[in-house]
Amino acid sequence: MNGRPAVELRDIVKTYGRVVALNGVSMSVRNGEVMCLLGDNGAGKSTLIKVLSGVVEATSGKVLLHGREVRFDSPRDAQRHGIATVHQHLAVQPLMSVTRNFFLGREPTVGWGPLKRLDMATARRVAVEQMGNMGIDVRDADQAVGTLSGGERQCVAISRAVYFGAEVLILDEPTAALGVRQAGIVLRYVAQARAQGLAVIFITHNVHHAYPVADAFTILRRGTSYGTFQKAEVSREEVLAMMSGTEELDALEQELEEFAREDGAAAVPGASALPPEGQGRDG
Amino acid sequence: MSGIRNSPSLPPDERLRQVGRLRRFLARPETGAVAGALIIFVFFSLVAGDKGFLAQRGIRSWMEVSAQLGIIGIGATLLMIGGQFDLSVGSMIAAAGMLFLLPVVVYGWPIWLALVVVLLFAAGVGLVNGTLVNRTGLPSFIVTLAFLFILRGLTLGITRAVTGSTQVSVRAFIGTVDGVVTGADARAVLQDTFVGRLFSFEWLGMPASVWWWLGLTIVAAYLLLRTPFGNWIFAVGGNAEAARNSGVPVDFVRIVLFMGTALCASILALLQVFDLGSADVTRGTLKEFEAIIVAVIGGTLLTGGYGTVVGAVFGALIFGMTSQGIFIARWNTDWFRVFLGALLLVAVIFNTFIRKHATEAS
Repeated sequence: MNGRPAVELRDIVKTYGRVVALNGVSMSVRNGEVMCLLGDNGAGKSTLIKVLSGVVEATSGKVLLHGREVRFDSPRDAQRHGIATVHQHLAVQPLMSVTRNFFLGREPTVGWGPLKRLDMATARRVAVEQMGNMGIDVRDADQAVGTLSGGERQCVAISRAVYFGAEVLILDEPTAALGVRQAGIVLRYVAQARAQGLAVIFITHNVHHAYPVADAFTILRRGTSYGTFQKAEVSREEVLAMMSGTEELDALEQELEEFAREDGAAAVPGASALPPEGQGRDG
Repeated sequence: MSGIRNSPSLPPDERLRQVGRLRRFLARPETGAVAGALIIFVFFSLVAGDKGFLAQRGIRSWMEVSAQLGIIGIGATLLMIGGQFDLSVGSMIAAAGMLFLLPVVVYGWPIWLALVVVLLFAAGVGLVNGTLVNRTGLPSFIVTLAFLFILRGLTLGITRAVTGSTQVSVRAFIGTVDGVVTGADARAVLQDTFVGRLFSFEWLGMPASVWWWLGLTIVAAYLLLRTPFGNWIFAVGGNAEAARNSGVPVDFVRIVLFMGTALCASILALLQVFDLGSADVTRGTLKEFEAIIVAVIGGTLLTGGYGTVVGAVFGALIFGMTSQGIFIARWNTDWFRVFLGALLLVAVIFNTFIRKHATEAS
């Protein structure tokens, strides 16, 4: 680790045929920093993740790790460079056990040569231990991941990345499908990963999910970067405005005001518009 | 790196200890097939036990039928867990048998050379099937269906062009096998070679196919459950994209699995060739479906990502005991297919139920 950012993107361009998915995006994330990458659908978030995680190669531009330029020829290659990606829906294998998921692609082995075999005892012990450290009580290391709740599944994927020494953790919409309490489990773990010195890139289209843990925001719009802002510089509302563009937001605000007027007319005093906390879906 | 903060050691969950064993057993994918095989065994022991179902010859007959299906069932099971099908297995049986025996009988190739060529050919077919599925993204159902016809057609066309017949038998040719003049007792000469003994030995009253079945099952079960590659098979079948993201070499895994089905088909073909002393272009017809049935009855999910090699053993036993049991009981064997179809349906419904059980949030 030197003083340079853990990961830096310079002028990343990615085109698919005639479609320009990314048009010169730059961004850098330091160790112990949570960078929230915001953008609406189609802003280029997915493409950026693919470039960073080695799924596709950028058409032009540079990826630097601690100031050194790198080039990934596969997701495995990116992993070897310490970049771990937790994909939204594709993070874990529901039919496989917690243990097998935890070590998928990096199985511990004992023995030698063709007789090399899985070290299931070690795998089970480590998986239960690591999950326990996050406050998730895995009753049975062989239980299918499908029997865990949504937040716990994301945590399996995140703890796996941390355990295997990832330095850059990319989280793709980790809280999108989760209720309040489940999202809380995930966010708490993201904060722990940051405390360990990881550089975290938190991708979302919902600023409310990322705001509590984010240190800085990079906003993507239509394939270009709108800029990076430290948390102290901007409010939640400003971030939201930059994300969707002011015209659209103005229109939305007008609509919302309309709703508010109607609600105000019908509302009983003291009633909350939000459901009480803790009613999120948590399996 | 050993965790983020020290956690108090977790107390054991007593409820799990108590009901765990039974629930775990019931949730195992092979449970249904084991229970089914037991029921079928008891049933035919009662109705056909006195007619020879339990006699040495009877046991040998249903064990041999089970073994032949079991061998191709192993390849099909691993491939199905990996999320794919191979419908070219049946045609591969005919092709491999013919590719082995025709050069030996007609051109006087040494047996070892023919064996090497067959094994290379099987690996090649697996490579082509796997690569096509990987590159085109087409369902393997379609890709291998094409090879069901291509392989069968090639076997028929070449055999007829070379020999003018659809069958090659060692008896029909006066030639040499490994330097020994063949004729009426050609089959014995063929079996008496080193390779021949490997595929036609008998031990403890059981034919070579049974021991090959046992050996391949042990190798495949070990591969699936105790090696990193086995872990990859589950992952590729469960969700190939997620597996790729985890760094699993998805394309490589698929190609190896397709090679596995072709190799299993070739081993069965060689066992048959040495047993009968002949190769026939019609051999192996419909075997691709029987291999899939064996896998499904064994508890492997049609949709991939979940299954068991040991279950496929019991799936093959159910198949073998029923087909020979009906025969030994001297019932009308016409009804066997009806039973088989019904069994398949029950197995699929049962498997789906088990899968739901396995993935439901507690």
